[in-house]
Amino acid sequence: MDTVVLARAFFGTSLGFHIIFATLGVGLPLMIVIAEIIHQVKGDNDYAIMAKRWTKAFAVLLGVAIPSGTIVGVQLSLLWPGFMEIVGKVISLPFQIEIFAFFLEALFMSIYVYAADRLPRYFRLISVFFVAFGAVASAILITAVNTWMNTPDGFKIKPDGTIYDVHPWDAFFNPSFVSSAFHVAITAYMTGAFAVASVAAFKLLKKRSDRERAYHLKGLFMSLVVAFTMSFVSALSGHHSAQILHQHSPEKLAAAEGLFETQRYAPLAIGGYTDPKTEEVKYGIEIPWALSWLAAGKFDTEVKGLYEFPRETWPPFYVHTLFNLMVGIGTLLLGLAGIALLYWWFFIKNRGRPFPKWLLWSLVLSGPLSMLCIEFGWVFSCSGRQPWTIYRVQTTAEAATRNENLGMLFLLFLLLYALLSVLTVLILTAYFKRNPVSKDMDKLYG
Amino acid sequence: MSEEVLAILIMWSFIFVYSIFGSIDFGAGFWAMVYNNHKTMAGKIANRFLSPTWEITNTFLVLLVVAFVGFFPKGAYTLGTVMLVPVSLILFFLAIRSAFMVFSYSVQGYRKTMFFISGISGLLIPSLLIAVLPISQGGFISVDGETQSLLLGKLFSSPTLYLYVLFGLTSELYLSSLFLADYSRVSNREDAYRLYRGNAILLGPLTLLSALFTLIFMAPEAGWLVDNLMGQKIWFILSLISFCIAYASLWWPKQNRPGIGRPRFTLLATVLQYGLASVGYGLAHLPYIVYPDLTIYEAFTTTETFYSLMIMYIVGLAILTPGFYVFWRLFLKDKRYLQQD
Ligand code: HDD
Ligand code: HEM
Ligand code: HEM
Repeated sequence: MDTVVLARAFFGTSLGFHIIFATLGVGLPLMIVIAEIIHQVKGDNDYAIMAKRWTKAFAVLLGVAIPSGTIVGVQLSLLWPGFMEIVGKVISLPFQIEIFAFFLEALFMSIYVYAADRLPRYFRLISVFFVAFGAVASAILITAVNTWMNTPDGFKIKPDGTIYDVHPWDAFFNPSFVSSAFHVAITAYMTGAFAVASVAAFKLLKKRSDRERAYHLKGLFMSLVVAFTMSFVSALSGHHSAQILHQHSPEKLAAAEGLFETQRYAPLAIGGYTDPKTEEVKYGIEIPWALSWLAAGKFDTEVKGLYEFPRETWPPFYVHTLFNLMVGIGTLLLGLAGIALLYWWFFIKNRGRPFPKWLLWSLVLSGPLSMLCIEFGWVFSCSGRQPWTIYRVQTTAEAATRNENLGMLFLLFLLLYALLSVLTVLILTAYFKRNPVSKDMDKLYG
Repeated sequence: MSEEVLAILIMWSFIFVYSIFGSIDFGAGFWAMVYNNHKTMAGKIANRFLSPTWEITNTFLVLLVVAFVGFFPKGAYTLGTVMLVPVSLILFFLAIRSAFMVFSYSVQGYRKTMFFISGISGLLIPSLLIAVLPISQGGFISVDGETQSLLLGKLFSSPTLYLYVLFGLTSELYLSSLFLADYSRVSNREDAYRLYRGNAILLGPLTLLSALFTLIFMAPEAGWLVDNLMGQKIWFILSLISFCIAYASLWWPKQNRPGIGRPRFTLLATVLQYGLASVGYGLAHLPYIVYPDLTIYEAFTTTETFYSLMIMYIVGLAILTPGFYVFWRLFLKDKRYLQQD
């Protein structure tokens, strides 16, 4: 493999690893805040137990989120020095602000975890709130950099590479920032909620005492409400992101839809794959006119196809599949959460019947599926930008390091990620085996 | 003052603060390993400090990288290219250390492994970090057209590297001993205090000796630096005086009560000592970030970015200061935390 390909694989892997923990690091604090609030309003101690247990899991996950984040943060300079040189001149602002968000989160996380017993109740709530705020702020800020790469703004560049006329805040609030940042935050909340739902559903699959069943049902219901709401909003905001693509990154939208000819009344291709030989989508379902309508709300909207652009600047064809997977799974999960809530309303709340096994098993899968969606979405966003690192400003090859030593390091970090994954799973299972819910309940209720 | 100088001054203060906190952090990890199960609870005290603080220290490290990219993008380009291997190794050890730090808090069974890992990495990571200094002095980077690369073989066979590492490690252990001596005293553990004080007494002169040797055996390529250092003598003399006062204060009687030493004073005077010396070192190093190709003037960012960053620093500090204050009250002052058992 040449250095650029290796650097792309290396960096993509590091980010793909970080994003798992980072997303839960954004999603779980919201659930903890909600549980703390319900606890303080209703006085139901089950919610305090939930908050405590989720915090425990969150603290372990943070133990990987922070070092893996440190890795990607520093690797940006190591693997993409050419890119970071421009970043430093134009868009270092969000990185800088993000540090403050990290400090905020780290400070209050330590306070919440190590000083909870010495704090008045209201201060506990303030601490979790700041943890949640710091987490989502860091997600939004890093997204600002990513959106700037997709739709660069706030600077001018001479042919020799000199950068001038810089406006850091325009770079920050680039055209795709608001829509993507919103989409990222909402999908992280959605994933956090589905992750909780997965665990609760799994616990309900086995026989439990009434007390424990009630506890897990409360957790499941709460997470389903959040997950359903967030899924719905994330579909809307994803739709908005696609419209932004239509305006600002037409190649990416064309590749996502496998559209080659520029046309009005463009059809939407769902499923299938883009065949590089015949240059068309094979085995997909075509919905006439739908793409034009989705892109800008009118059937006669002209949607640009790939032939409009030079071949060297086409994104890879597999982004069509990634995009479909993200949208497909997202829709599926929205439906699943909806069905589970309806079921809860008709059969459980009113008639005291349990959830059927098939529904619980599907819910167990929802968390991992949602996480997959995040991965697909990001790989789509980053690969769909190829061959550019900064759209129409800098190519990936220009951005990359020239260092030849990547192979061994890549291997070393693959081992590291495998080790950390295994350890995380071991630690979480060991901890929760030794401290089952019943133990927390006995402590509280006697 | 020009914008470039202001920027490097801010960078310098960040690096200085990190080198103090980093020393204490990694050193505490090392002492927690050495005194694991020690009857004085010296290890436990080190660990009690470490648990809530390592995240903050880690964030500071990220701050260094980000601030450097923001202020001196061209410098990030050069160092990013050149430092791929050593920095990747730092990241590797850092990741393992952080992960075990958190895990051991959750599951008791991993305590032993974690003490070992955080202790060993508490020596390895700082050694790798300090390698930036000899590299920035020049002589270890080859330039081939557009491509720069690190001469790893030359670096590892150079005595300068090892002397810097020696100086870094003795300083780390000296500073962390002083800090933990003070922390033990605040925690009312006089026996642990005496242990750390003893370490400090041993390590203090060693830091001076290793600094001296580093200077004497500095690689011939760094002649420019030696000359410049001579020009900054006054800072080093002041620093030496600080050291003497700090070291002597280890024997001063305790206020109002029987007992020996004033650890809080010693610690502050030692921080001053390092502060003065690094002002001298920094001034001698200017205007080079990496000798001889990269100066702060060439590496500097755009003015607009510089000013927007400055404003953010002021706003950010204003927001964070109360948070740091609460944190300090809870973990460095609150007797309920310090004197748990
Ligand atoms: C749970 C995760 C999840 C779900 C259910 C969805 N997305 Fe998404 N999507 C993401 C997670 C995500 C993401 C990982 O968060 C991305 C990657 C980059 C970004 O800004 O957000 C993303 C990016 C992203 C982009 C690209 C933005 C860009 O590259 O600039 C588009 C066009 C959409 N999404 C559209 C949708 C649509 C129409 C959905 C309909 C259901 C949808 N997404 C559901
Ligand atoms: C959109 C994707 C991302 C999300 C949602 C995200 C979110 C997070 C979260 C929640 C944390 C833990 C924060 C803390 O407690 O300190 C974290 C850590 C971190 N992330 Fe990410 N991150 C993302 C991508 C990135 C990228 C691309 C970078 C690199 C530029 C990065 C750099 C970091 C760093 C340096 C840390 C460690 C901070 C520390 O030391 O406290 N993140 N991230
Ligand atoms: C956290 C979720 C993310 C994942 C899973 C991800 C994934 C990837 C992948 C797979 C690549 C290689 C693309 C290719 O070569 O086809 C890549 C490239 C890259 N990504 Fe992302 N990315 C994420 C978020 C981000 C963010 C938030 C930033 C902004 C700082 C970012 C910056 C980059 C850069 C600079 C490259 C290298 C240059 C390039 O290939 O364009 N990524 N990412």
